Amino acid sequence: MPLSLLKYGLSRDYPVTGDIPATPDLKRSYDVVIVGGGGHGLACAHYLAKYHGVTDVAVLEKGYLAGGNTARNTTTIRSNYITPEGIAFYKEGVKLYGEMSGELDFNVMFSQRGQLTLAHTEATLRSFHLRAEMGRHMGTRLEVVDQKGVEALCPRLNMDYGGPLEVLGGLWHADGGTARHDAVAWGYAREASRRGVEIHQRTTVEAIDVEKGRVTGVVTDRGRVAAGAVMIACGGANYEVAKLAGVELPIRCYPLQAMVTQPLKPWLDTLVSSVSLHTYLVQSSRGELVIGGGSDPYMSYSTRSTLEMKEHLAEGAVHLFPFLKGVRVLRQWAGTTDMTPDYSPIMGASPVDGLWLDCGWGTWGFKATPVAGKRMAETIAAGKVPDILAPFALDRFERFAVLNEMGATAASH
Amino acid sequence: MSRLPPPYGSRIDRSRSLAFTFEGRRFEGHPGDTIASALAANGQWMLSRSFKYHRPRGAMSFAGTDANTLVQVGPEPNVAADLTPLEDGMEIAAQNVNGSLARDRDAVIGRFARFLPVGFYYRTFMGPTKDAWLKLWEPRIRAKAGLGVIGADAPDIAVDKATWHADVAVIGGGPAGIAAALEAARAGSDVVLIDDQPALGGHLAYTPEAGAVGELVAEVDGAADIRVLTDTICTGLFEDNWLALARRDRLIRLRAAEVVLATGCIEQPAIFHQNDLPGVLTAGGVRRLMHLYGVAPGRRAVVYAADPEGYRVAEELRAAGVEVAAIVDPAPGAAAPEGMRVVAGHIAAARGVSHVTGVEVGGEGIACDTLVVAAGEVPAWQLPAQAGAKLGYDDATGRFVLDLETPGVRLAGGLAGEGATPVGAPPMAPHPKGKDFIDFDEDLQVKDILNAVKEGYSELELVKRFSTVGMGPSQGRHSALATARLVAGATGRSVGEIGVTTARPPTAPETLGALAGPHHVAERRTALHREHLRLGAEMRPVGAWWRPYLYGSGDRSALIEAEVRAVRDGVGVLDVSTLGTLEVRGPDASAFLDRLYTMAHATQPVGKVRYCLMLNEMGTVIDDGVAYRLAEDRFYVTATTGAVPRVYADMAFWNAQWRLDVDVVNLTAGFAGFNITGPFARDVVAALDGDIDFSAEAFPYLTGRSGQVAGVPVHAMRIGFTGELSFELHCPASRAGDLWAAILAAGEPVGLKPYGLEASRILRLEKGHILIGQDTDALTSPEELGFGWAVSKKKPFFVGKRALEMRRRLGSTRKLAALTFAPDAELPGESCLVLRSGAPVGHVTSVAHSPTLGHGIALAFIHAEDAEEGRRVAIRARSGRMVEGTVVGHAFYDPQNERQML
Repeated sequence: MPLSLLKYGLSRDYPVTGDIPATPDLKRSYDVVIVGGGGHGLACAHYLAKYHGVTDVAVLEKGYLAGGNTARNTTTIRSNYITPEGIAFYKEGVKLYGEMSGELDFNVMFSQRGQLTLAHTEATLRSFHLRAEMGRHMGTRLEVVDQKGVEALCPRLNMDYGGPLEVLGGLWHADGGTARHDAVAWGYAREASRRGVEIHQRTTVEAIDVEKGRVTGVVTDRGRVAAGAVMIACGGANYEVAKLAGVELPIRCYPLQAMVTQPLKPWLDTLVSSVSLHTYLVQSSRGELVIGGGSDPYMSYSTRSTLEMKEHLAEGAVHLFPFLKGVRVLRQWAGTTDMTPDYSPIMGASPVDGLWLDCGWGTWGFKATPVAGKRMAETIAAGKVPDILAPFALDRFERFAVLNEMGATAASH
Repeated sequence: MSRLPPPYGSRIDRSRSLAFTFEGRRFEGHPGDTIASALAANGQWMLSRSFKYHRPRGAMSFAGTDANTLVQVGPEPNVAADLTPLEDGMEIAAQNVNGSLARDRDAVIGRFARFLPVGFYYRTFMGPTKDAWLKLWEPRIRAKAGLGVIGADAPDIAVDKATWHADVAVIGGGPAGIAAALEAARAGSDVVLIDDQPALGGHLAYTPEAGAVGELVAEVDGAADIRVLTDTICTGLFEDNWLALARRDRLIRLRAAEVVLATGCIEQPAIFHQNDLPGVLTAGGVRRLMHLYGVAPGRRAVVYAADPEGYRVAEELRAAGVEVAAIVDPAPGAAAPEGMRVVAGHIAAARGVSHVTGVEVGGEGIACDTLVVAAGEVPAWQLPAQAGAKLGYDDATGRFVLDLETPGVRLAGGLAGEGATPVGAPPMAPHPKGKDFIDFDEDLQVKDILNAVKEGYSELELVKRFSTVGMGPSQGRHSALATARLVAGATGRSVGEIGVTTARPPTAPETLGALAGPHHVAERRTALHREHLRLGAEMRPVGAWWRPYLYGSGDRSALIEAEVRAVRDGVGVLDVSTLGTLEVRGPDASAFLDRLYTMAHATQPVGKVRYCLMLNEMGTVIDDGVAYRLAEDRFYVTATTGAVPRVYADMAFWNAQWRLDVDVVNLTAGFAGFNITGPFARDVVAALDGDIDFSAEAFPYLTGRSGQVAGVPVHAMRIGFTGELSFELHCPASRAGDLWAAILAAGEPVGLKPYGLEASRILRLEKGHILIGQDTDALTSPEELGFGWAVSKKKPFFVGKRALEMRRRLGSTRKLAALTFAPDAELPGESCLVLRSGAPVGHVTSVAHSPTLGHGIALAFIHAEDAEEGRRVAIRARSGRMVEGTVVGHAFYDPQNERQML
């Protein structure tokens, strides 16, 4: 047993650490207001406070802490993207995950067991080769494996289907993994609040004040606060919140669903996803199988899950692992994803001075939590976008300088 | 095995015995038993070890609502022992056990519980070294995760699905549900009545009044319009009354105009030290045991009558021959039952190690082997909550109350508050030594919930996520109320304000197999599939289609090369039946194509065939094909095999937007097609009987003719992908066999050879033709492909035109180029990167060794400044070595395009 647990056993009363402070009264003004108390907003607050000395920060959260997509995503962490800009960015994210528990003194249980994506068509295999070549060039661990390689990495995978769903090969990403999503948000919240950042749960932003092209504050249901800078990091609500400042984002929202089974003794080591079946599976540290897939086919803000998607995910899971037929589903849920046209995020400046965007995270936001937080903090503190974020600017859509990650995103997130 | 005499045990068939094993020991039970009831009849109460502390656990409710009844049955994990019918020969084992169930080595973890507070794992396992978590701790902790084992020999369950409709669906076959079903049927509705038990009756079935069930069931059986589904759980109520009705091997999806929810209530545990020991049973659990299965719970019982129901259970126990040592009542009324001792107070603790041996009440110990807890219940809120019910709390009854205003969904019976007596909430007696369990699935004690709140996780959802309360297999059925009360107390809010976490489907476990249903993979075969097999083709899937990859067996590259040579030197035929074919008809047909494609179709003469290039609104190339103008108002249009569903959908979309006078029909697979190509192609088609003149003068390049060939109606087009003289004949798929036979016969004198997909790919690459999707990506503009010739400059509009003009102004830094390689050079693979000053500027999209030219050829995206003929570009091959390609400014083969014009 680790020594760090001794204090719990040896003290009479439970020694309270006080991870999440109670919501304080709102002040009239802050240097920085972050709209959205999810992983990204909290990470940004942490990096602002710890590395840039900006501690007069309020994180405003409409619901409970990190209850949106931070709480609902299936925690895939990876950097096997297709554009050099995307790979460089997500690679830094994976690196920061590796250091996160130490950074936060909070175990986020980063589990780097690798991700195996399956190709059932030659076209997919071709795109895997491109990702592998690009990944190799950018220094990520990524390789295309043949059928034997797939069997070696995932011995219980069904390889017997012929025809259109035969497994032709896979993309093996040894850097891929998962982390405990809630812990990521809590760890950032704890560290940020220790340095003076205020976290306001149950606080809704109803308006964003803009004067002469510059943001001056936000109006909440608990009163108005002035702000030197405002960052929007609201996940599924990004489009609506940006509109409060008169900024129209190229975002469409789709539900994304997932489910877990009852806990099983560990049998699946890697993350496995299939492009053709739009299904992925990962076994959590609790032993549950987490099963997810692509977004719903229609736009909606509803987070009520559907039977159809559950049937579809079950079909994919049973196809890949037929022996799972008797395994039982425990829970299904849905979140709202803010999808961009090119499956890459929108980070950096907005047309309003002092209003910063950390939006368009669609189905790929969790893995970027630390890097987006770190780099957005740098942006806000300096008032200037660093090179690594420059390609993700909002105006890239006007310039046709899009970062197309569609092929590297479908059903893998 | 001893059982109570009839009428106890209404569900079991005593005339037959079933043999099974549990933990290697042999037992017997009866048909009608569940696994848990049969084990209880044999005195085996312990079923499992708990998730965290490996404490002994058994069934408490015998209703399938517990977590601790999950057992392993052969290769199948997590089988609910108190819900699953016993079968002959079952081999059953306990789960989450290190060693044996009786002697679990991991039970020692419980002694260190004080060192393992709620959420402890967030605060440790990070040292001593930097990667200690990944290398040292995680593998060990992971090995302890999970419950059951999924065996490689797990049974392949035969599963199916059905879709039903009904006027009224009634969920719950107790008295309220039966009454609702009968009433609806009498009013003329078509009714489906669903219950999770093997027989209707609900709680009536396990009370002394069970006799009344028979009459009710008889009435249901007599109603013609009621379909009864027993052994079936409604696991979800989705939008618009779309219900999931699950059995282990079957999913019924039911759409009902009206839904009546009558799923009753869930008994709640009382909170005291060791409230989790085997032998602690709920009132309902004892009743089910005795009345349904004829099993006495023990010899000497204490009844904890926080709810007056306890007194009735005590009477029932005595009637069944169980000694009632005491009734413990927190607020005793006037009259104690005759001959029974009533002790005023709360139970502070249960005694025992692996089974109850006594209880502590007010400092007094009372010996017993059974502790019956009647502590009240809550309505089964999960389905109503899915339907949109708001949850409140009534202090007087100690129950959640439901307020449902969703049209088309009603609550009945216990869900509507019937039967709720003002008894207050279940007793909660936190104990200094803990083991006062709130959540049995996750081994959470009172202090764990309180400490989570102290750490700042004061929102209920955060309490759940930090402590994991309610996240286990029983999904909060027994912990939600207690948790809400603790959080309310700790935060100064009301229980109603705290409520429960979002109720998510499924309400009860459903198998992946039933959800998946029978798995069918869609496959498509062309009309000539058998012909190809007869000719020795190796078939390969292309999307859903099966296509000939090559013909014959032996050295594959030699076979492919022979097919290529046959086309170049003689004549070959390719089955192109998978091609998308669409007919666009109506007075606005040419205007429609003009808006949809980049070339001019309004000016296209009848009888001409014109290339079609489709862009999306970003100006990206998304498909190509040809349009053959059959008449002023009729076009026959092709689309690529993979893209045709999308192209057809886009056409329908735009047609709805533009409202032109045009119809689009998707003829794909309705037509078969053959491309006859090679220097002798005309010899083949000219030898066919028919009314089409295939001579060079009468049938020039890029024209089409329709008529009869070999008695088969055809559209014939002079188009090709190979660079050779080509005729493409399309005919109704039903006549494909006839036409194919005629073509083969006509081709025999000139050595006509069918060729497959791989030869086709090489032939097109030699000619420099692109494949959309392979040689293009989501950003490829016509300019980057050098397809300026295919984009009309005159048309005022086509999809993508505006974007194309903007992109033209912005400029592009890449071009798709044709590259050649030295004859002996290493060839790069597809997707290999083109590097310029060490930075990737593009990649190889297609590559092959050309049998015709004798060296490697490729298409690749390169930097626009390198696109001049003769420039050399650097490519990193899969081996990691750098190779060099030389840009050529034209088709590799027959640059003057003379051969296809013959």
